[in-house]
Amino acid sequence: MSTEVSTDVAVEITGLKKSFGPLEVLRGIDVSVRRGEVVCVIGPSGSGKSTLLRCVNLLEEPTGGKIVVNGVELTDPDCDIDAARTKIGMVFQGFNLFSHLNVLNNLTVAQRKVLKRKPEEAQRIALRNLERVGLAEKAGAMPAQLSGGQQQRVAIARALSMDPDVMLFDEPTSALDPELVGDVLGVMRQLADEGMTMLVVTHEMQFAREVADKVLFMDGGYVVEEGEAAQVIGAPRHERTKSFLARVLDPTHQGPRD
Amino acid sequence: MALSKRQRAKVFRGAQYALLAVIALVLALAADWGEIQRAFFNLDIAASMFPNVITVALKNTLVYTALGFAFGLALGLVLALMKLSSVAPYRWIATIYIEFFRGVPALLVFIALSFGVPLAFQLQFDIYSTVMLALGIVGAAYMAETIRAGIQAVPKGQIEAARSLGMSQGRTLATVVIPQAFRIILPPLTNELILLTKDSSLIYIIGLAREQYELTKFGRETLSRSPSLTPILVVGLCYLLITLPLGYLSRYLERRTGGKKISTPESTGLGVSA
Repeated sequence: MSTEVSTDVAVEITGLKKSFGPLEVLRGIDVSVRRGEVVCVIGPSGSGKSTLLRCVNLLEEPTGGKIVVNGVELTDPDCDIDAARTKIGMVFQGFNLFSHLNVLNNLTVAQRKVLKRKPEEAQRIALRNLERVGLAEKAGAMPAQLSGGQQQRVAIARALSMDPDVMLFDEPTSALDPELVGDVLGVMRQLADEGMTMLVVTHEMQFAREVADKVLFMDGGYVVEEGEAAQVIGAPRHERTKSFLARVLDPTHQGPRD
Repeated sequence: MALSKRQRAKVFRGAQYALLAVIALVLALAADWGEIQRAFFNLDIAASMFPNVITVALKNTLVYTALGFAFGLALGLVLALMKLSSVAPYRWIATIYIEFFRGVPALLVFIALSFGVPLAFQLQFDIYSTVMLALGIVGAAYMAETIRAGIQAVPKGQIEAARSLGMSQGRTLATVVIPQAFRIILPPLTNELILLTKDSSLIYIIGLAREQYELTKFGRETLSRSPSLTPILVVGLCYLLITLPLGYLSRYLERRTGGKKISTPESTGLGVSA
């Protein structure tokens, strides 16, 4: 557990706590994500999984605990969070493409203004990433002209254009029509195959089972169960994991809760 | 005979139309059309106002309004940002400013700037500075509140996306929030421009040279030489020449943004690409 580990670990979360007023959402979370690893976080709504993800790039300010990404402690009050965020890509449930900019400018604006890349270079990188998500021909379109699935793939390309070390996905397919989910998951799987470090909050159990190296099950602000995807989803040990998975995987054969 | 409810409504509506027609007919027959024409539509007087009413008065009204609007918009943006600042004294200053200048008549500000300030500070503004400051100071108070509302109407997700890409708070504001806020508030800002156009008439208080006349002053001047309402009618129509297209523009922009709270012009696919 010394130098060797510290270079190998992309995200290290220890004792993370987060409260919104009197509401304790995270009650002490320990997670570590190794470089190149895909970790999926599953759990019922209100379990704190999105909050956990949003703490990793400090969109939510943790109440307690420590977050280290690529050897930089983000919870240090003197940390340059803007610089750190350029290395942490984030994909939102609601896409959040800049609605006043076309697709290409969505991908280049932060490259130019934050990374200070030359316009031609930013454009080249943007087009390469649009190609990666299969939307090179949409470079001139406005976000509102795209389907939800296309918008989400553009959002992924936007995050990738910053050359991040880690990608965070916050329920990236939850706002999509069912037939568009596959496109986005396909792009994510391809990213995983290319060795991207990913932390994914999702309800797509099949994706988690096939792509994730590790699955965390969260409930009530704790990580209840953690392990290989096949084990957590295929053979859960904890009662809460079992009942959650039963509800998700076989929703029609469940009685009302409690 | 028993009329159904629908038939009764029909008869009632017919009676109203008939009444209006009778009133219109009586007015048309009773009116002294010659007198009315002399009072309102004296073509000689109207003709004597051209071309100066356009080349001087209309032009000056446009210039004064544009100056005041530009200054007011800049100051309003600063005030809006102060009002949203985390620094409490900024918020107090902005609130006091807005409440004060929204509450006093614009005419008072014109008087203060054209007579008060020169007397008190031995400071003489030229006419353009005076009108820019006076219209801008008052307009800023209104626009600040509009701009603040626009900034707050930008969806939170847009800000989170910008921050997650490493943009600082200021960079996010300049690159994402303000451009989107202005798209949201274009319709109310157009209304503000219409109000300023009319308020520019208050500049008469300063005492203008002939080539500085704006529409209202020009109309009054003509009126004092020709006892007819014609000059007032002509300059009134000139105001409409400015305000009607602006009003149309405002409604068009409102339609384009669809009245939805979070929508921007782009969401209807009509937006200008950046």
